[in-house]
Amino acid sequence: MLGRLTWAAIPFNEPLPLISAAVVAVVVLAVLVTITVKGWLPYLWREWVTSVDHKRIGVMYFALGLIMLLRGFSDAIMMRTQQAIAVGTAQGYLPPDHYNQIFSAHGAIMIFFVAMPFVIGLMNFVVPLQLGVRDVAFPVLNSVAFWLTASGALLINVSLIIGNFARTGWMGYPPLSELAFSPDVGVDYYLWSLQISGIGTLLGGINIVTTILKLRAPGMTYFRMPVFCWTSLASSLLIVAAFPILTATFLMLLLDRYLGMHFFTNDAGGNQMMYVNLFWAWGHPEVYILILPAFGVFSEVFATFSGKALFGYRSMVLATLAICVLSFTVWLHHFFTMGAGADVNAFFGIMSTVIAVPTGVKVFNWLFTMFRGRIVYRTPVLFAVGFVVTFVIGGMTGVLLAVPPVDFVLHNSTFLVAHFHNVIIGGVVFGALAGYNYWFPKVFGFTLDERFGKASFWCWLVGFYLAFTPLYVLGLMGMTRRLQHVSNPGWQPLLLVAEAGAVVIMCGILCQIAQLYVSIRTRESRRDLTGDPWNGRTLEWATTSPPPPYNFAVLPQVETIDAFWDMKEHGTARVAPVYEAIEVPRNSAIGVVIAFFASVAGFALIWRIWWLAIIALLGAAIALLVFGWFDDREREIPAAEMAETERARSGRRQFA
Amino acid sequence: MTIATIDTLATEIVRGRGGGPAPTRTIVAYGFWIFILSDIVMFSALFAAYAVLSGNTAGGPTARNLFNLHNVFIETACLLFSSYTCGLGMLSAERRQPARFLLFAAFTFALGAAFLTVEISEFAGMVRAGAGPARSAFLSSFFTLVGMHGAHVTTGLLWLAYTVAQVLVKGLRPVVLRRLACFSLFWHALDIVWIGVLTLVYLMGAR
Repeated sequence: MLGRLTWAAIPFNEPLPLISAAVVAVVVLAVLVTITVKGWLPYLWREWVTSVDHKRIGVMYFALGLIMLLRGFSDAIMMRTQQAIAVGTAQGYLPPDHYNQIFSAHGAIMIFFVAMPFVIGLMNFVVPLQLGVRDVAFPVLNSVAFWLTASGALLINVSLIIGNFARTGWMGYPPLSELAFSPDVGVDYYLWSLQISGIGTLLGGINIVTTILKLRAPGMTYFRMPVFCWTSLASSLLIVAAFPILTATFLMLLLDRYLGMHFFTNDAGGNQMMYVNLFWAWGHPEVYILILPAFGVFSEVFATFSGKALFGYRSMVLATLAICVLSFTVWLHHFFTMGAGADVNAFFGIMSTVIAVPTGVKVFNWLFTMFRGRIVYRTPVLFAVGFVVTFVIGGMTGVLLAVPPVDFVLHNSTFLVAHFHNVIIGGVVFGALAGYNYWFPKVFGFTLDERFGKASFWCWLVGFYLAFTPLYVLGLMGMTRRLQHVSNPGWQPLLLVAEAGAVVIMCGILCQIAQLYVSIRTRESRRDLTGDPWNGRTLEWATTSPPPPYNFAVLPQVETIDAFWDMKEHGTARVAPVYEAIEVPRNSAIGVVIAFFASVAGFALIWRIWWLAIIALLGAAIALLVFGWFDDREREIPAAEMAETERARSGRRQFA
Repeated sequence: MTIATIDTLATEIVRGRGGGPAPTRTIVAYGFWIFILSDIVMFSALFAAYAVLSGNTAGGPTARNLFNLHNVFIETACLLFSSYTCGLGMLSAERRQPARFLLFAAFTFALGAAFLTVEISEFAGMVRAGAGPARSAFLSSFFTLVGMHGAHVTTGLLWLAYTVAQVLVKGLRPVVLRRLACFSLFWHALDIVWIGVLTLVYLMGAR
């Protein structure tokens, strides 16, 4: 009846997961009760859950990333603590089986449910505004994409309470991830949650590509697009080209596990290295899917806060596109030790070095943008400067690892762990946080507190170096990754320093929470009435903060790069427009309905409850058929109503 | 002519020259085409897996033992001809000729269903002969690649029936035509994938 699901699935004998699961359950329950009691449910349903407004969906993506950051970070600090104390004769507090689940969950969550929602959230919110249009190409599809991502996140968190998670590392390499060696539900949780969220990501990528290529304000030619739009385009193209590979790879592993096939098994002709190749044929472009939008954020931040146009716009665009293409030619550097031979390794080593060149071009462009600029050191700029320094170091260690003989020594050492955290924290996380501080006033209409913002930056920066410099050194000393127990007592001092670094990063996260709390409390005194708090250059600053649901009452006419700056220069930024009736998409529940059925189907497939899986899949199909039947998906705002709304809004804005 | 209308006219002219958002029809077809490209990327991963594993028969039957080019010829003919009728159906729909459209849609459906029948009977015969997907890595990759194409054809048939129902109830409205255009793109793309399957799996395998 319930497949493999029994009471034994709940870890009654392991206090640690049980307590953390109970805490999470209590918090979720408390939130739900508060929402119901206060009567916020209809508001949430109408304005957020069923909203197809790209701005609302962008905010929900980012919020999902922030919540999952807390989960992923808890995993991180547990691992650091275990390694710091389980040295020599001490065994630490995490048994091996639990520790293995934690490092697997940490990697999967941080990549798929923290970094991805951050960058997709920023792209969703910013791209249509920067393009000067009213929404993305497919607003309802956007909602479906978000809710599928949320569904994946839900499943991966359910594994905390019911059953367990994979012990295979976040890459899930076979044969360990095959049924023969991982017979329980851990790997199934991993596969199904990432399959479901992966489909969401793919749909989101298709949406952003179509938006950028087919929906731009009049006059916005490709070479007038802000650099963030270019990097979003490159990143979304990579999503479209790379995520289907991951879907196919996981499908093959699922078929191995569920139908006894032999893609990656030890017997009957399976080939494990094919999984590794396919995984990284997705995995390396994925790295650039994450970092390119961050590069875009920094380009906007440097230009705005230096009061200058971005240096080398065209070279920036070309470098972005070069990275986009080259990212598909380097995947083998993740497994030089596979034994592909000297010539193959040499090719991928050289390509991995070559891809650093366009990144170098970008770094010099950012430096020259700041050169002789009037730099205002707000929080986003601090993150941007911290990024340049940190990312250059991470890039250098990456080029070092791209040399195959060096990689043979450092493969799977903590040097590698330090390298990729160096580029992901120093690049993606700093980029996301810079973007968060930069665009927050546009999203909510008030600026974030600077004191806590700066404090969080310094904690993140110092904490990062404290946590990962020791890992570089330990890697050179020979420490491998994923150790549940450290046998060499000589490594303990450095591991304690790394632990201290994790604590400092935790202070950074706490500062961010405090920053949000303080900013909301004092929001009346920090309102952005101009819509343009930073003296911005691009079109998102041309509308009010927060923007109306339709973004622009009249689509702006674009004449140059930095369209809004040009309008301000020529005094055409706030000319009273002639209003026309416009159509806006209606709310739709299809996203959350599909995600509900996807979550149920995923859960049923994980526990092999076949009847429930069939019902859920049928439910999803029927929901799609019903939704697909209706044509009336837009409503018209008449010109008079529009003029009225705009008059009301303009009271909150000072004309330039 | 008031100043406001002149202003609107001028804006229209400038917009026309400077681009601005594309019409919905273009956006929908373009977005769907991007989706199809991503689908083809997924197939390419399955093709790659087949190319790697096609020799790994683990002592079981090989491609030469199993494939019957006679059946494959019928399948190919059905699928390619169904694309032709699908194209004719689209032309009739564009010309607002519902009766002709329905006729061609029926042909398309019948040919697609014939393709599936041959494929399923071929699969069933292989499984009965002990050459199921769990027999060897070669057969796993064969059934997954060809089966994935077959699953797409099945989805296409359901989608076609659903779209025909929309045409019957609502007529050939612009929104229905947009959905038809997406279906037609999808159906033609399945031909492209099938040509890959025919060449890489059947023709090269039966040598």
